[in-house]
Amino acid sequence: MEATPPPFFKRGPSPAFRLAVFALLAVATMVLDARFKYLEPARQIFSVVLYPLQQLVSAPVAIVEGVTDFFADRIEMQRDNERLRTEALASAYRLDQLEAVKRENAELRALLQARARVETASVMAEILYGARDPFSRTFVVDKGIEDDVRAGAAVIDEAGVIGQVTRVYPFLAEVTQITDKNQAVPVRNVRSGLRAIVFGNGREGTLDLRFMPLSADVQVGDALVTSGIDGIYPPGLPVAKIIHIERNATLAFARITCEPLSGVDRRGHVLILKRVHELPERPVPPSETPPARKKARRGAG
Amino acid sequence: MMPAGPQQILLPVTTGLIVVTVLGALVVNLVPLPLNVLELRPDFCALVLVYWGIHQPRRVGFSLAFVLGLAVDMADASLLGQHALAYVVLLFAAIALHRRVLNFSLIGQSLHILPLLLAGELLMIGVRLIAGDQLPAPGNLLGPVVGAALWIPLSALFRLPRLPKANPDRV
Repeated sequence: MEATPPPFFKRGPSPAFRLAVFALLAVATMVLDARFKYLEPARQIFSVVLYPLQQLVSAPVAIVEGVTDFFADRIEMQRDNERLRTEALASAYRLDQLEAVKRENAELRALLQARARVETASVMAEILYGARDPFSRTFVVDKGIEDDVRAGAAVIDEAGVIGQVTRVYPFLAEVTQITDKNQAVPVRNVRSGLRAIVFGNGREGTLDLRFMPLSADVQVGDALVTSGIDGIYPPGLPVAKIIHIERNATLAFARITCEPLSGVDRRGHVLILKRVHELPERPVPPSETPPARKKARRGAG
Repeated sequence: MMPAGPQQILLPVTTGLIVVTVLGALVVNLVPLPLNVLELRPDFCALVLVYWGIHQPRRVGFSLAFVLGLAVDMADASLLGQHALAYVVLLFAAIALHRRVLNFSLIGQSLHILPLLLAGELLMIGVRLIAGDQLPAPGNLLGPVVGAALWIPLSALFRLPRLPKANPDRV
Protein backbone atom coordinates (compact mmCIF):
# COMPACT_ATOMS: atom_id res chain seq x y z
CA MET A 1 0.00 0.00 0.00
CA GLU A 2 2.65 2.52 -1.01
CA ALA A 3 0.26 4.35 -3.31
CA THR A 4 0.46 7.75 -1.61
CA PRO A 5 3.77 9.58 -1.59
CA PRO A 6 5.09 10.79 1.74
CA PRO A 7 3.66 14.21 2.64
CA PHE A 8 5.59 17.22 1.45
CA PHE A 9 5.34 19.00 4.75
CA LYS A 10 5.68 17.45 8.15
CA ARG A 11 2.24 17.62 9.67
CA GLY A 12 2.25 15.17 12.52
CA PRO A 13 -0.21 12.33 12.88
CA SER A 14 -3.20 12.23 10.53
CA PRO A 15 -6.55 13.68 11.67
CA ALA A 16 -8.04 10.19 11.77
CA PHE A 17 -5.35 9.04 14.17
CA ARG A 18 -5.83 12.09 16.39
CA LEU A 19 -9.59 11.55 16.31
CA ALA A 20 -9.09 7.96 17.48
CA VAL A 21 -6.76 9.01 20.32
CA PHE A 22 -9.02 11.78 21.62
CA ALA A 23 -12.20 9.76 21.19
CA LEU A 24 -10.65 6.97 23.27
CA LEU A 25 -9.62 9.54 25.85
CA ALA A 26 -13.18 10.91 25.96
CA VAL A 27 -14.64 7.43 26.37
CA ALA A 28 -12.16 6.71 29.16
CA THR A 29 -13.21 9.94 30.90
CA MET A 30 -16.86 9.00 30.63
CA VAL A 31 -16.26 5.55 32.08
CA LEU A 32 -14.24 7.05 34.95
CA ASP A 33 -17.02 9.54 35.62
CA ALA A 34 -20.02 7.26 35.25
CA ARG A 35 -18.71 4.06 36.82
CA PHE A 36 -16.15 5.13 39.39
CA LYS A 37 -16.98 8.78 40.16
CA TYR A 38 -13.26 9.59 40.28
CA LEU A 39 -13.68 12.99 38.73
CA GLU A 40 -15.85 14.72 41.34
CA PRO A 41 -12.88 16.74 42.75
CA ALA A 42 -12.17 18.06 39.26
CA ARG A 43 -15.79 19.16 38.97
CA GLN A 44 -15.56 20.91 42.34
CA ILE A 45 -12.45 22.84 41.38
CA PHE A 46 -13.83 23.79 37.99
CA SER A 47 -17.11 24.96 39.50
CA VAL A 48 -15.21 27.43 41.70
CA VAL A 49 -13.36 28.74 38.65
CA LEU A 50 -16.62 29.00 36.74
CA TYR A 51 -18.60 30.64 39.52
CA PRO A 52 -17.62 34.30 38.89
CA LEU A 53 -18.27 33.77 35.18
CA GLN A 54 -21.74 32.43 35.91
CA GLN A 55 -22.45 35.34 38.22
CA LEU A 56 -21.28 37.75 35.54
CA VAL A 57 -23.51 36.19 32.93
CA SER A 58 -26.57 36.07 35.14
CA ALA A 59 -26.05 39.64 36.39
CA PRO A 60 -27.87 41.32 33.45
CA VAL A 61 -30.79 38.92 33.86
CA ALA A 62 -30.95 39.68 37.58
CA ILE A 63 -30.81 43.43 36.91
CA VAL A 64 -33.62 43.26 34.34
CA GLU A 65 -35.71 41.24 36.77
CA GLY A 66 -35.01 43.70 39.55
CA VAL A 67 -36.09 46.61 37.37
CA THR A 68 -39.29 44.89 36.24
CA ASP A 69 -40.04 44.03 39.84
CA PHE A 70 -39.55 47.65 40.81
CA PHE A 71 -41.96 48.90 38.20
CA ALA A 72 -44.41 46.06 38.76
CA ASP A 73 -47.94 46.90 37.92
CA ARG A 74 -49.75 48.64 40.79
CA ILE A 75 -52.99 46.83 40.13
CA GLU A 76 -51.25 43.50 40.09
CA MET A 77 -49.65 44.34 43.41
CA GLN A 78 -52.97 45.28 44.94
CA ARG A 79 -54.52 42.07 43.66
CA ASP A 80 -51.62 40.09 45.05
CA ASN A 81 -51.97 41.86 48.35
CA GLU A 82 -55.65 41.03 48.57
CA ARG A 83 -55.08 37.41 47.67
CA LEU A 84 -52.27 37.07 50.19
CA ARG A 85 -54.43 38.65 52.90
CA THR A 86 -57.23 36.14 52.37
CA GLU A 87 -54.71 33.33 52.25
CA ALA A 88 -53.10 34.56 55.47
CA LEU A 89 -56.51 34.63 57.12
CA ALA A 90 -57.28 31.10 56.03
CA SER A 91 -53.89 29.80 57.09
CA ALA A 92 -54.08 31.63 60.43
CA TYR A 93 -57.14 29.58 61.23
CA ARG A 94 -55.40 26.40 60.13
CA LEU A 95 -52.34 27.39 62.12
CA ASP A 96 -54.40 27.78 65.27
CA GLN A 97 -55.74 24.31 64.77
CA LEU A 98 -52.26 23.04 64.03
CA GLU A 99 -50.94 24.54 67.24
CA ALA A 100 -53.62 22.75 69.21
CA VAL A 101 -52.95 19.48 67.44
CA LYS A 102 -49.21 19.93 67.91
CA ARG A 103 -49.62 20.42 71.63
CA GLU A 104 -51.88 17.43 71.84
CA ASN A 105 -49.41 15.41 69.78
CA ALA A 106 -46.54 16.44 72.03
CA GLU A 107 -48.49 15.32 75.08
CA LEU A 108 -49.38 12.03 73.47
CA ARG A 109 -45.78 11.46 72.42
CA ALA A 110 -44.61 12.28 75.92
CA LEU A 111 -47.10 9.76 77.21
CA LEU A 112 -45.79 7.18 74.80
CA GLN A 113 -42.21 8.26 75.50
CA ALA A 114 -41.61 8.37 71.77
CA ARG A 115 -38.88 10.30 70.06
CA ALA A 116 -39.90 13.88 69.59
CA ARG A 117 -40.32 14.77 65.96
CA VAL A 118 -37.29 16.90 65.23
CA GLU A 119 -37.83 20.16 63.41
CA THR A 120 -35.56 20.26 60.40
CA ALA A 121 -33.44 23.30 59.72
CA SER A 122 -33.84 24.67 56.23
CA VAL A 123 -32.17 27.10 53.91
CA MET A 124 -33.82 29.15 51.20
CA ALA A 125 -32.18 28.89 47.79
CA GLU A 126 -32.80 30.50 44.45
CA ILE A 127 -33.01 28.47 41.26
CA LEU A 128 -30.18 29.73 39.08
CA TYR A 129 -30.90 27.85 35.92
CA GLY A 130 -32.54 24.71 34.70
CA ALA A 131 -30.36 21.83 33.70
CA ARG A 132 -28.71 22.34 30.39
CA ASP A 133 -28.23 18.61 30.39
CA PRO A 134 -31.44 17.46 28.70
CA PHE A 135 -30.94 13.86 29.75
CA SER A 136 -31.74 14.31 33.40
CA ARG A 137 -34.26 16.45 35.22
CA THR A 138 -32.04 18.65 37.32
CA PHE A 139 -31.55 22.31 38.12
CA VAL A 140 -28.90 24.31 39.91
CA VAL A 141 -29.48 26.46 43.00
CA ASP A 142 -27.32 29.16 44.53
CA LYS A 143 -26.48 27.49 47.86
CA GLY A 144 -23.66 25.02 48.33
CA ILE A 145 -21.19 23.59 50.80
CA GLU A 146 -20.59 27.12 52.12
CA ASP A 147 -24.20 27.18 53.34
CA ASP A 148 -23.91 23.70 54.81
CA VAL A 149 -25.95 22.02 52.10
CA ARG A 150 -25.19 18.32 51.82
CA ALA A 151 -25.83 15.85 49.06
CA GLY A 152 -29.02 13.96 49.80
CA ALA A 153 -30.92 16.85 51.36
CA ALA A 154 -34.59 17.10 50.43
CA VAL A 155 -35.76 20.11 48.42
CA ILE A 156 -39.32 21.42 48.64
CA ASP A 157 -41.37 24.37 47.49
CA GLU A 158 -44.65 25.71 48.82
CA ALA A 159 -46.61 22.92 47.14
CA GLY A 160 -44.55 19.89 48.01
CA VAL A 161 -41.43 17.86 47.39
CA ILE A 162 -39.38 18.95 44.37
CA GLY A 163 -36.45 16.59 44.68
CA GLN A 164 -33.14 15.97 46.27
CA VAL A 165 -29.69 17.57 46.24
CA THR A 166 -27.52 15.19 44.26
CA ARG A 167 -24.27 17.08 43.90
CA VAL A 168 -22.85 19.95 45.91
CA TYR A 169 -20.23 22.44 44.87
CA PRO A 170 -18.71 25.12 47.10
CA PHE A 171 -21.27 27.77 46.12
CA LEU A 172 -23.83 25.83 44.12
CA ALA A 173 -25.84 22.67 44.43
CA GLU A 174 -27.46 20.48 41.82
CA VAL A 175 -30.98 19.30 42.56
CA THR A 176 -32.50 16.28 40.85
CA GLN A 177 -36.27 16.47 40.53
CA ILE A 178 -38.48 13.58 41.59
CA THR A 179 -39.55 13.25 37.94
CA ASP A 180 -36.02 12.14 37.01
CA LYS A 181 -35.85 8.57 35.81
CA ASN A 182 -33.46 7.56 38.56
CA GLN A 183 -35.39 9.07 41.46
CA ALA A 184 -37.67 7.18 43.81
CA VAL A 185 -39.60 8.60 46.77
CA PRO A 186 -41.17 6.44 49.47
CA VAL A 187 -44.72 7.69 50.03
CA ARG A 188 -47.81 7.00 52.08
CA ASN A 189 -51.34 7.26 50.85
CA VAL A 190 -53.03 9.80 53.12
CA ARG A 191 -56.49 8.22 52.76
CA SER A 192 -55.64 4.55 53.22
CA GLY A 193 -52.27 4.76 54.94
CA LEU A 194 -50.82 2.40 52.34
CA ARG A 195 -47.07 2.67 51.80
CA ALA A 196 -45.61 2.69 48.33
CA ILE A 197 -42.82 4.16 46.26
CA VAL A 198 -43.25 6.66 43.44
CA PHE A 199 -40.74 6.61 40.63
CA GLY A 200 -39.93 9.34 38.18
CA ASN A 201 -40.24 8.36 34.55
CA GLY A 202 -38.26 11.17 32.94
CA ARG A 203 -41.33 12.93 31.59
CA GLU A 204 -42.46 16.23 32.90
CA GLY A 205 -45.49 16.27 35.16
CA THR A 206 -46.00 12.55 35.72
CA LEU A 207 -44.80 9.99 38.24
CA ASP A 208 -45.38 6.25 38.40
CA LEU A 209 -46.64 4.42 41.47
CA ARG A 210 -45.17 1.02 40.76
CA PHE A 211 -45.56 -2.44 42.27
CA MET A 212 -49.04 -1.87 43.66
CA PRO A 213 -51.21 -5.01 43.55
CA LEU A 214 -54.40 -4.84 41.50
CA SER A 215 -56.48 -4.99 44.64
CA ALA A 216 -54.59 -2.19 46.43
CA ASP A 217 -56.75 0.44 48.06
CA VAL A 218 -55.98 3.42 45.84
CA GLN A 219 -58.37 5.84 44.20
CA VAL A 220 -58.01 8.63 41.71
CA GLY A 221 -57.43 11.85 43.63
CA ASP A 222 -55.62 10.23 46.55
CA ALA A 223 -52.89 12.42 47.99
CA LEU A 224 -49.46 10.93 48.54
CA VAL A 225 -47.12 12.27 51.21
CA THR A 226 -43.59 11.19 52.08
CA SER A 227 -43.49 8.29 54.49
CA GLY A 228 -40.07 9.17 55.86
CA ILE A 229 -39.12 5.51 55.79
CA ASP A 230 -35.97 6.27 53.81
CA GLY A 231 -34.53 8.69 56.36
CA ILE A 232 -33.98 11.24 53.61
CA TYR A 233 -37.29 12.99 53.16
CA PRO A 234 -38.93 14.07 56.42
CA PRO A 235 -42.32 12.36 56.79
CA GLY A 236 -45.54 14.09 55.83
CA LEU A 237 -44.47 16.29 52.92
CA PRO A 238 -46.95 16.33 50.05
CA VAL A 239 -45.54 14.67 46.95
CA ALA A 240 -48.17 13.87 44.37
CA LYS A 241 -51.80 13.24 43.55
CA ILE A 242 -53.06 10.11 41.78
CA ILE A 243 -54.59 11.07 38.46
CA HIS A 244 -55.03 7.79 36.65
CA ILE A 245 -55.38 4.13 37.60
CA GLU A 246 -55.39 1.30 35.09
CA ARG A 247 -56.24 -2.11 36.48
CA ASN A 248 -55.46 -4.66 33.83
CA ALA A 249 -55.91 -8.28 34.91
CA THR A 250 -53.19 -9.46 32.53
CA LEU A 251 -50.59 -7.45 34.42
CA ALA A 252 -49.27 -8.31 37.86
CA PHE A 253 -49.51 -4.75 39.10
CA ALA A 254 -51.88 -1.87 38.61
CA ARG A 255 -50.57 0.94 36.43
CA ILE A 256 -50.94 4.10 38.48
CA THR A 257 -49.99 7.55 37.25
CA CYS A 258 -49.52 10.47 39.60
CA GLU A 259 -49.05 14.17 39.15
CA PRO A 260 -46.34 15.89 41.22
CA LEU A 261 -47.65 18.80 43.25
CA SER A 262 -44.55 20.97 43.04
CA GLY A 263 -43.27 22.64 39.94
CA VAL A 264 -40.09 24.42 38.92
CA ASP A 265 -41.22 25.67 35.54
CA ARG A 266 -40.58 29.23 36.46
CA ARG A 267 -37.67 30.93 38.13
CA GLY A 268 -38.25 30.87 41.81
CA HIS A 269 -37.16 29.87 45.24
CA VAL A 270 -36.93 26.51 46.90
CA LEU A 271 -36.33 25.35 50.44
CA ILE A 272 -33.49 22.91 51.13
CA LEU A 273 -34.15 20.84 54.24
CA LYS A 274 -31.02 20.00 56.16
CA ARG A 275 -30.94 16.80 58.06
CA VAL A 276 -30.14 17.85 61.60
CA HIS A 277 -30.64 14.54 63.32
CA GLU A 278 -28.73 11.51 62.21
CA LEU A 279 -30.74 8.35 62.30
CA PRO A 280 -29.37 5.56 64.47
CA GLU A 281 -27.11 3.29 62.49
CA ARG A 282 -28.66 0.40 60.71
CA PRO A 283 -28.27 -2.76 62.79
CA VAL A 284 -25.83 -5.19 61.20
CA PRO A 285 -27.26 -8.63 60.43
CA PRO A 286 -25.87 -11.32 62.78
CA SER A 287 -24.16 -13.22 59.95
CA GLU A 288 -21.51 -10.50 59.77
CA THR A 289 -17.98 -10.91 61.12
CA PRO A 290 -17.56 -10.41 64.90
CA PRO A 291 -15.84 -6.96 64.86
CA ALA A 292 -18.65 -5.51 62.81
CA ARG A 293 -21.15 -6.89 65.28
CA LYS A 294 -19.34 -5.30 68.17
CA LYS A 295 -19.36 -1.96 66.40
CA ALA A 296 -23.08 -2.19 65.76
CA ARG A 297 -23.76 -2.92 69.40
CA ARG A 298 -21.73 0.08 70.45
CA GLY A 299 -23.68 2.24 68.00
CA ALA A 300 -26.98 1.04 69.40
CA GLY A 301 -25.99 1.51 73.02
CA MET B 1 -18.09 25.26 -8.66
CA MET B 2 -17.35 28.92 -8.19
CA PRO B 3 -17.20 30.52 -4.78
CA ALA B 4 -20.28 32.61 -4.15
CA GLY B 5 -19.88 36.34 -4.38
CA PRO B 6 -16.75 38.36 -5.01
CA GLN B 7 -13.77 37.05 -3.11
CA GLN B 8 -12.16 39.44 -0.73
CA ILE B 9 -8.73 38.98 0.74
CA LEU B 10 -9.13 39.01 4.49
CA LEU B 11 -6.61 39.72 7.19
CA PRO B 12 -5.04 36.61 8.70
CA VAL B 13 -6.72 35.05 11.69
CA THR B 14 -4.92 35.77 14.92
CA THR B 15 -4.77 33.25 17.74
CA GLY B 16 -6.34 35.92 19.92
CA LEU B 17 -9.47 35.97 17.75
CA ILE B 18 -9.87 32.21 18.05
CA VAL B 19 -9.37 32.28 21.82
CA VAL B 20 -11.80 35.18 22.28
CA THR B 21 -14.52 33.60 20.15
CA VAL B 22 -14.21 30.21 21.86
CA LEU B 23 -14.33 31.79 25.33
CA GLY B 24 -17.24 33.96 24.19
CA ALA B 25 -19.13 30.88 23.06
CA LEU B 26 -18.53 29.25 26.44
CA VAL B 27 -19.91 32.34 28.20
CA VAL B 28 -22.96 32.54 25.91
CA ASN B 29 -23.61 28.87 26.67
CA LEU B 30 -23.80 29.79 30.35
CA VAL B 31 -26.55 32.40 30.01
CA PRO B 32 -29.40 31.27 32.23
CA LEU B 33 -32.55 30.56 30.25
CA PRO B 34 -36.06 29.51 31.23
CA LEU B 35 -36.63 25.81 30.78
CA ASN B 36 -38.89 26.08 27.73
CA VAL B 37 -36.35 28.19 25.78
CA LEU B 38 -33.53 25.92 26.85
CA GLU B 39 -34.55 23.24 24.36
CA LEU B 40 -34.05 25.61 21.45
CA ARG B 41 -30.66 26.79 22.63
CA PRO B 42 -27.99 25.82 20.14
CA ASP B 43 -24.60 24.70 21.37
CA PHE B 44 -22.54 27.80 20.60
CA CYS B 45 -19.29 26.05 21.50
CA ALA B 46 -19.91 23.34 18.90
CA LEU B 47 -20.82 25.99 16.32
CA VAL B 48 -17.69 28.07 16.91
CA LEU B 49 -15.53 24.96 16.90
CA VAL B 50 -16.96 23.85 13.56
CA TYR B 51 -16.50 27.37 12.21
CA TRP B 52 -12.79 27.39 12.99
CA GLY B 53 -12.45 23.75 11.93
CA ILE B 54 -13.73 24.73 8.49
CA HIS B 55 -12.04 28.12 8.15
CA GLN B 56 -8.71 27.38 9.86
CA PRO B 57 -8.28 23.60 9.94
CA ARG B 58 -4.58 23.88 10.76
CA ARG B 59 -5.09 26.28 13.64
CA VAL B 60 -7.53 24.43 15.87
CA GLY B 61 -6.36 21.18 17.33
CA PHE B 62 -8.15 18.17 18.69
CA SER B 63 -6.86 18.99 22.15
CA LEU B 64 -8.75 22.30 22.05
CA ALA B 65 -11.96 20.45 21.10
CA PHE B 66 -11.38 17.95 23.87
CA VAL B 67 -10.71 20.52 26.60
CA LEU B 68 -13.61 22.70 25.45
CA GLY B 69 -15.87 19.64 25.59
CA LEU B 70 -14.76 18.87 29.14
CA ALA B 71 -15.42 22.48 30.14
CA VAL B 72 -18.95 22.33 28.72
CA ASP B 73 -19.54 19.01 30.48
CA MET B 74 -18.52 20.48 33.80
CA ALA B 75 -20.59 23.61 33.28
CA ASP B 76 -23.65 21.59 32.28
CA ALA B 77 -23.14 18.94 34.97
CA SER B 78 -23.55 16.31 32.30
CA LEU B 79 -21.54 13.12 31.94
CA LEU B 80 -17.89 14.17 31.89
CA GLY B 81 -16.56 13.47 28.42
CA GLN B 82 -19.76 13.35 26.37
CA HIS B 83 -19.30 16.80 24.88
CA ALA B 84 -15.58 16.13 24.53
CA LEU B 85 -16.32 13.08 22.39
CA ALA B 86 -18.92 14.94 20.33
CA TYR B 87 -16.63 17.94 19.77
CA VAL B 88 -13.67 15.79 18.73
CA VAL B 89 -15.85 14.00 16.19
CA LEU B 90 -17.34 17.33 15.02
CA LEU B 91 -13.89 18.82 14.54
CA PHE B 92 -12.77 15.79 12.54
CA ALA B 93 -15.83 16.09 10.30
CA ALA B 94 -15.27 19.84 9.92
CA ILE B 95 -11.63 19.33 8.92
CA ALA B 96 -12.60 16.54 6.52
CA LEU B 97 -15.23 18.79 4.89
CA HIS B 98 -13.41 22.11 4.94
CA ARG B 99 -12.33 22.12 1.28
CA ARG B 100 -15.86 21.41 0.13
CA VAL B 101 -18.01 23.54 2.41
CA LEU B 102 -16.42 26.92 1.68
CA ASN B 103 -17.27 26.60 -2.01
CA PHE B 104 -20.94 27.02 -1.21
CA SER B 105 -22.96 30.11 -0.43
CA LEU B 106 -23.69 30.80 3.22
CA ILE B 107 -27.05 29.02 2.98
CA GLY B 108 -25.38 26.04 1.36
CA GLN B 109 -22.77 26.09 4.10
CA SER B 110 -25.38 26.12 6.83
CA LEU B 111 -27.05 23.11 5.19
CA HIS B 112 -23.71 21.33 5.55
CA ILE B 113 -23.50 22.34 9.19
CA LEU B 114 -26.96 21.05 10.07
CA PRO B 115 -26.19 17.32 9.68
CA LEU B 116 -22.88 17.83 11.50
CA LEU B 117 -24.54 19.39 14.54
CA LEU B 118 -27.35 16.82 14.45
CA ALA B 119 -24.82 14.00 14.35
CA GLY B 120 -23.04 15.49 17.37
CA GLU B 121 -26.34 15.66 19.25
CA LEU B 122 -27.29 12.10 18.30
CA LEU B 123 -23.86 10.87 19.35
CA MET B 124 -24.40 12.38 22.80
CA ILE B 125 -27.88 10.88 23.03
CA GLY B 126 -26.42 7.48 22.15
CA VAL B 127 -23.72 7.81 24.80
CA ARG B 128 -26.23 8.80 27.45
CA LEU B 129 -28.54 5.93 26.54
CA ILE B 130 -25.62 3.52 26.99
CA ALA B 131 -24.86 5.17 30.33
CA GLY B 132 -28.45 4.42 31.39
CA ASP B 133 -30.15 7.78 31.07
CA GLN B 134 -33.49 8.62 29.63
CA LEU B 135 -34.19 9.97 26.17
CA PRO B 136 -34.35 13.77 26.16
CA ALA B 137 -37.44 15.59 24.94
CA PRO B 138 -37.62 15.57 21.11
CA GLY B 139 -37.54 19.36 21.21
CA ASN B 140 -33.82 19.16 21.95
CA LEU B 141 -33.15 18.21 18.34
CA LEU B 142 -34.25 21.73 17.41
CA GLY B 143 -31.08 23.10 18.97
CA PRO B 144 -28.88 21.97 16.05
CA VAL B 145 -31.41 23.43 13.59
CA VAL B 146 -31.19 26.81 15.30
CA GLY B 147 -27.42 26.41 15.38
CA ALA B 148 -27.24 25.75 11.64
CA ALA B 149 -29.41 28.82 11.01
CA LEU B 150 -27.06 30.87 13.18
CA TRP B 151 -24.17 29.88 10.92
CA ILE B 152 -25.04 32.74 8.56
CA PRO B 153 -24.94 35.64 11.08
CA LEU B 154 -21.98 33.98 12.79
CA SER B 155 -19.97 33.88 9.56
CA ALA B 156 -20.74 37.55 8.94
CA LEU B 157 -19.79 38.43 12.51
CA PHE B 158 -16.49 36.55 12.50
CA ARG B 159 -15.55 38.23 9.21
CA LEU B 160 -15.75 41.71 10.70
CA PRO B 161 -12.44 41.71 12.59
CA ARG B 162 -10.70 40.32 9.52
CA LEU B 163 -11.85 42.95 7.01
CA PRO B 164 -8.91 44.91 5.63
CA LYS B 165 -8.59 48.52 6.73
CA ALA B 166 -10.19 51.03 4.37
CA ASN B 167 -6.88 52.68 3.57
CA PRO B 168 -3.84 50.72 4.67
CA ASP B 169 -1.53 53.70 4.05
CA ARG B 170 -3.26 55.73 6.74
CA VAL B 171 -2.60 54.34 10.17
